[in-house]
Amino acid sequence: MNSIIGVILLFIGLLFNLFGCIGLIRFPDVYNRLQAGTKCVTLGTSSMLLGMLFFFGFSEAGIKAVITIPLLFLSASVAAHALIRGSYIFGVKIGDQPIKDDYKEQVETDEKNEVK
Amino acid sequence: MNTLLHIILYAQIGLCFFCLYRIARGPTIPDRMVGIDIFGILVVGICAVLAIITGRMFMIDIGIAWVILSFAGTLTLAKYLSKRKLNE
Amino acid sequence: MKYITFFLILFLFWLLLTFELSVANIITGAVASLITILFFGKYFVNDVKKFFHPHRYFWLIVYTFVFLWECLKANFDVAYRVIHPAMPIKPGIVKVKLNLKTGIGRTILAASITMTPGTITVDIIEDFIYIHWIYVHSTDPEVYSKKISGRFENYLKRIFE
Repeated sequence: MNSIIGVILLFIGLLFNLFGCIGLIRFPDVYNRLQAGTKCVTLGTSSMLLGMLFFFGFSEAGIKAVITIPLLFLSASVAAHALIRGSYIFGVKIGDQPIKDDYKEQVETDEKNEVK
Repeated sequence: MNTLLHIILYAQIGLCFFCLYRIARGPTIPDRMVGIDIFGILVVGICAVLAIITGRMFMIDIGIAWVILSFAGTLTLAKYLSKRKLNE
Repeated sequence: MKYITFFLILFLFWLLLTFELSVANIITGAVASLITILFFGKYFVNDVKKFFHPHRYFWLIVYTFVFLWECLKANFDVAYRVIHPAMPIKPGIVKVKLNLKTGIGRTILAASITMTPGTITVDIIEDFIYIHWIYVHSTDPEVYSKKISGRFENYLKRIFE
């Protein structure tokens, strides 16, 4: 019974990973790719680790799998944040015509201060 | 049951090729870095499935170490990105 | 006081991570925790008394479920945009005012916003948080700040402040 639930969780994880990877291929620019990749792949991998808990029960490997989940969430969100900030300062444009761009002024004033 | 697990393992390895495509073809440098970041998370999933198939507990230790190392690597690359300009 | 709490948390994490109760392992863990405190202790939460209030842990558990629900919604949202042939995206960066004061509260809020539907935190400068939004529904600041951070700020205020 436990292993059936485990396999179902593994399949759900695989499905989310698939959506994330298709998004990585299909979306037009780096920001949207990061949106698809980070969210879907993180939740998919967490679902796989939870499936591992059902296979091993509350033994050594099961508990290690559970403490990997918060670690994964924190590290993935901080990495996404660093990458998106880096690529903005690097100079990648947000789509063809961004609806709203509040961050631009901030970056430009920062650059002026640096030159001074 | 074992066949199902093997299917999941090979499908997960197949997903890595999507990331490799993005790393190889990505038009700009940040695109390649996103590919590397996602690739690192997918490997943790491979570690989890391998731990179930082989029944060896130490595989999940490799997964934990991989999460931390890929996090540090991505942060270093992002730091390098934010100090340079395009067309320079 | 601050350093003792930090040491205990790190040591507990080490024991969970290695899952072994031999003497050698405990000594290694203690030495590793001490070295970590030596370098990074000053960045730890200043107000340690908050660790001993039980109601904060209750709200933390409630918050975990709220967060998981939002996270699931985010995934179906992204899946819909990926599968849809026309890809309905309309990206932009918006600026939202923060109501939280503590550093750790802001960190958790930024991480949560990254995991919820269509939003990623770009930067925090002074009292404003900059967010990349995959589909900008409206350009009115009050509407979108309620939509993006209003869900979490009430809970996070109860947990961290």
